[in-house]
Amino acid sequence: MIAGGADKTAAPPKVVSIRGVGKTFRRGGARIRALDNVSLDADAGSLVALVGPDGAGKTTLLRMIAGLVSIDTGSVAVLGFDAARDPQSIQSRIGYMPQRFGLYEDLSVQENMDLYADLNGVTAAERRERYPRLMEMTDLGRFLDRPAGKLSGGMKQKLGLACTLVRPPRLLLLDEPTVGVDPLSRRELWEIILHLVRDDKLTAIVSTAALDEAERCDRALLMHLGKVLSEGSPEAIAGRAEGRVFLADPGPDEPARRLQSRLLDDDAVLDAVPEGGQVHLVMRQGCGPAAVGLSPEPALPRFEDGFMTLLHEAGAGGHAAGGAMTLARPPEKGADDVAIEVSDLVKTFGDFVAVDHVSFRVRRGEIFGLLGPNGAGKTTTFRMLCGLLAASGGTLRVAGEDLRVAGASARQKVGYVAQKFALYSQLSVRENLDFYASAYGLSGRARRDRIEWAMTQFELTELARVVSGQLPGGFKQRLSMAAALMHGPEILFLDEPTSGADPLARREFWRRITALSDQGVTVIVTTHFMEEAEYCDHAVIQDAGRILAKGTPAEIRARARAQPGGRPTMEDAFIAIVEEARARPHEKPVDKSGVRGGPS
Amino acid sequence: MTAADDTGSPRARMRRVAALVRKESRQIRRDPSSITIGVLLPVLLILLFGYGLSLDVKDVPVAVVLEDTSPAALELAAGFRLSPYFKSVEGVSMADAHEAMLQRKVDAVIRIREDFSRKLTNGGATVEVLLHGIDANRARIIQGYAEGAIQMFNARYTDHERSAAGRRGAPPPGGGGRRGGCGAARYTDHDRAAAGRLAAPPPVDARLRKWFNEADDSHYFLVPGLIVLVMTLIGAILTALVMAREWEQGTLEALFVSPVRVPEILLGKTIPYFGLGLIGLVLCILSSSILFHVPFRGSVLVLCGASMLYLLVSLGLGLLISSAVKNQFLASQFAVLLTFLPALMLSGFLFDLRSIPAVVRAITHVVPARYYVELLQTIFLAGDVWPVILPDIAILTGIMLLLLALARKATRKRVG
Repeated sequence: MIAGGADKTAAPPKVVSIRGVGKTFRRGGARIRALDNVSLDADAGSLVALVGPDGAGKTTLLRMIAGLVSIDTGSVAVLGFDAARDPQSIQSRIGYMPQRFGLYEDLSVQENMDLYADLNGVTAAERRERYPRLMEMTDLGRFLDRPAGKLSGGMKQKLGLACTLVRPPRLLLLDEPTVGVDPLSRRELWEIILHLVRDDKLTAIVSTAALDEAERCDRALLMHLGKVLSEGSPEAIAGRAEGRVFLADPGPDEPARRLQSRLLDDDAVLDAVPEGGQVHLVMRQGCGPAAVGLSPEPALPRFEDGFMTLLHEAGAGGHAAGGAMTLARPPEKGADDVAIEVSDLVKTFGDFVAVDHVSFRVRRGEIFGLLGPNGAGKTTTFRMLCGLLAASGGTLRVAGEDLRVAGASARQKVGYVAQKFALYSQLSVRENLDFYASAYGLSGRARRDRIEWAMTQFELTELARVVSGQLPGGFKQRLSMAAALMHGPEILFLDEPTSGADPLARREFWRRITALSDQGVTVIVTTHFMEEAEYCDHAVIQDAGRILAKGTPAEIRARARAQPGGRPTMEDAFIAIVEEARARPHEKPVDKSGVRGGPS
Repeated sequence: MTAADDTGSPRARMRRVAALVRKESRQIRRDPSSITIGVLLPVLLILLFGYGLSLDVKDVPVAVVLEDTSPAALELAAGFRLSPYFKSVEGVSMADAHEAMLQRKVDAVIRIREDFSRKLTNGGATVEVLLHGIDANRARIIQGYAEGAIQMFNARYTDHERSAAGRRGAPPPGGGGRRGGCGAARYTDHDRAAAGRLAAPPPVDARLRKWFNEADDSHYFLVPGLIVLVMTLIGAILTALVMAREWEQGTLEALFVSPVRVPEILLGKTIPYFGLGLIGLVLCILSSSILFHVPFRGSVLVLCGASMLYLLVSLGLGLLISSAVKNQFLASQFAVLLTFLPALMLSGFLFDLRSIPAVVRAITHVVPARYYVELLQTIFLAGDVWPVILPDIAILTGIMLLLLALARKATRKRVG
């Protein structure tokens, strides 16, 4: 297909062959070991997953394969070309989708595709044959004239993928293609990827932090802090937890998250997550379930269990020990039972209805989840609740008042953690906490005590002097939460706290939330990870501004279609609920156009 | 299969550059900030500098304090009233005038004392002109106008007296003007000298016209100078911004993994903004000749050649800055500091390079805009003076080649 020395011989057995590569970055004064003696082979026609928490080195490895990062030690050969000596030959032959799409947002779908077709020298005749196939695959045909910036996250990913496929590449590199994509689009995207590999015999390397995605690949490379923890088939990696995986039932009135929290405190337990009203747990090597005083039923190990086992063996905190915390001064039990009451809330931006007659009620001490894809209206709802945005219609009460018009004392009852890191990046951890403490009117001894409490509870003591902009993602999140809890609020709002967080950080986060809720804090949280609904007492599913379902996790899960072999997951439920809502003709049709619904 | 033939062939390269240029042009058309900086800002600068920032002063508010009501005094006051340069208020007391000056309701006070007409006949008549001296430049210009108005009166009076003397046989007396800066109660020697000069009026008409034409002079050098600002804005700042945006948004990362070579990416950026720069150039030239009637003594060809050269220098700087910082905010800061401000302050556009300190003057030698301003002023006002033009062109060519080479070196297919 391409004139070049490497192609004259028979197709090389390995599309990618990486031998012991190392890479060190210098950031300021610090040296960061991004890759440490990493090796990887990818056979022609295989699908390889790069899996690992943030900072594992997945993106650096993909960029190295694409010839975009210099190689300190070791060698990278792609399609028979040396990535260090001849990156252009590789770049002319492969397809690469970086994490941030690489689309020109003010160009239309068609123009973006044409640009890549022109750059790759795809002829008009080839386009006539190729475009209809890509359109059919991605379902973008209806939006050819729409600017890429006005597509939903899922549509952008599909367009990014289509752009890399205008010339059939020999190798496809996808860097976290499903980050920020709603479950429906995620499923569709994976169908495309699997189709390309299985039917078109494409070789693909996909990085992901979503462990269920790794299960669908031929091979997985498990990475942590630049090192390879394990490499093998997903089944082999899942097998590392063989015989140690169980499902435990919580007590009659006990939420699953409380049992999970208790189990995590037990040294015999390696990992535990609430799942379908039960707790899915992995025991440590040599510990039986009897060690936790339960008689749980054995379960099949999943990829995630193997992943956590391997991380634990690597000493990477496979046990989510962090996160247990106590409040210095738990909120008093209020007279009324309802913390938040929302009825018929509407918010419009011009013609666009961001929040469409939303009603719900949150009881004191509850964990309440607002679930939905990006653009569902979650953040807009949140901003109205916090008094940051005026509602277009309906009523809302937070701790008995409308924060938009209420005084400072009402705001004192509320803490808010924004989606983006909203603290002062140039200030140190302590300086930030100091500022927030004084902003909430604390002084003298009270302030010192409170800062001390926050540093201890959020395990920030050692980092007190670190400039907060340089903290790793998980620590930034802890600091944001600490700042929001400085004044001991009764109600805590968290907007997409786990977006972009890896499985370890997410476990730790939910651990803290569970602890806060146990001590009487009302927590209301938005997330696009459907399985996180399992941690909530009640949740609503929002899509295109409307509430499609509400209830306890069990009630929501019950609306899923029965899955062959295994219980339905929260994600199955979400997909079923959204598809059902979109199919209902008598109701106002939900915008299916793929337009991103303004601020969410 | 469907893949391209040889991706390194000149034809394939040209096709890719064309695709990038097409993409960039579409982005320029759709991005309001590109249009703003590329077209709207030049127009705004032309109007602002052309009409707003001229050294021409019109309708200066003055208070005329008439303490003498003789026909001669009234005629002198009428001279101020009828002058297009003044907007006079008459019939005020000196105390009112003083107050108005303090509140800066007037920029000057013309005081005709009660003994004016007596002294006029006896010789040694004076008019006091009090100027608001805070804006020294403006005060100097108003001084010129006032002197002119008084000279005009002198001339008329002399004619009148001469014809009267022809009838009566009396010698013509000298009229006089005297002025002092506001707030400075004493008259300096310089003031006296000026007053003395006024007391003996020269032949009037020709000098007056020359004097007042100074106002148009400011347009003569401001409007051509604008071209350097517009070229710098489009070439350096806009290019640095859009290139940094591609680094920041990750679009370059995706572009890198394709048959595209780095020089093609740079060309794809250079060509459209070069075109945008030419539009700005045409706007400036047209406005300078149509709106402000700036004389154009050189040839359009030389002007275009020099401007294209400077545009390439700016583009080189913009590309270099963006590749070095890869961040829109920093790129804009650097571009303003390293290109726009020097072009404004150190190029000879606003301040004459001969009148700035030697150290600063030494620095201006590395400011490309300096050579371009010299070229512009020569081409517009003096003509194709090759001994000036050729060395400047040679220096700019050298700088351009250096910057483009550095930009090429700084832009590599590397991320992270």
